[in-house]
Amino acid sequence: MNDLHTELKLSIIEQLNLEEFSVEDIDNNDPLFGDGLGLDSIDALELIVLLEKDYGIKLTDPDQGKEIFSSINQMASFIEAHRTK
Amino acid sequence: MSRESVYITDFVSLKNNQIKHQQKLLYKADSFLELKSFLKESYKVIGLNYPKFHKMDDLCKLGLLASEVILKEKELKTDTAIVLSNASSSLQTDYKHQNSLQQHVSPAVFVYTLPNIILGEISIKYSLKSENVFFIEETFNAKLLNDYAQVLLQSGKASSVVCGWINLINDEYDVFLCLISRKGEIPLSVENLEQLYLFENE
Repeated sequence: MNDLHTELKLSIIEQLNLEEFSVEDIDNNDPLFGDGLGLDSIDALELIVLLEKDYGIKLTDPDQGKEIFSSINQMASFIEAHRTK
Repeated sequence: MSRESVYITDFVSLKNNQIKHQQKLLYKADSFLELKSFLKESYKVIGLNYPKFHKMDDLCKLGLLASEVILKEKELKTDTAIVLSNASSSLQTDYKHQNSLQQHVSPAVFVYTLPNIILGEISIKYSLKSENVFFIEETFNAKLLNDYAQVLLQSGKASSVVCGWINLINDEYDVFLCLISRKGEIPLSVENLEQLYLFENE
């Protein structure tokens, strides 16, 4: 697991107030929504803000989020390819 | 039409880092404990198991904690109404949102910039599909709560009512919540509501 994966997990736990989760509880391939972390639509908006704030990525198409936020691995790949900071 | 008797079935208060259930001390935290820590510790003490709690703003957390104390293990009908009030609306979260406007706005903060969100959170937690209302009053208004609860119960709109005062501003909080129903020993009246609220605030 590289630093970006850990960094993302820590950010998600902190930003989304997932008090009952630790980094070790989140597998890189776990679905973030639905049965995985149980995130909801407001959390999805928070993740969009997180991408812009921490990595300078502005999502123009909300539908992109479904794929990008499907797992930590998907998020990390997208960030590595598109980050501006 | 004769009025059926209704009672203050249960009541709880949260203030000054203390939780009192029916005037008995349920939890007392150190007086220097900050609100966030008090809420987290209270969550554990009360035995609330509800991960969504951690995502709520502090006003909703206070409401959920108080509700859990008086509603836990009770067989509630889905028509249980909610009548809440306070003086400071959702100002604490409103300020937090306002302060973030120059940077990155948090959707999770924004959704709590209305006091009546707490009605929805309590309804979701206890599966209530009922009448609900949130009043902004300068001070605790026992007559308003009594009259509104009486109408809901006497008209058959609700089988029980959760009502009270949940105020929060600058991390200072004052919570007094009652369950009103046809069971109990303390008759619902303006005087009894006032006395219980004042006692809890002594």
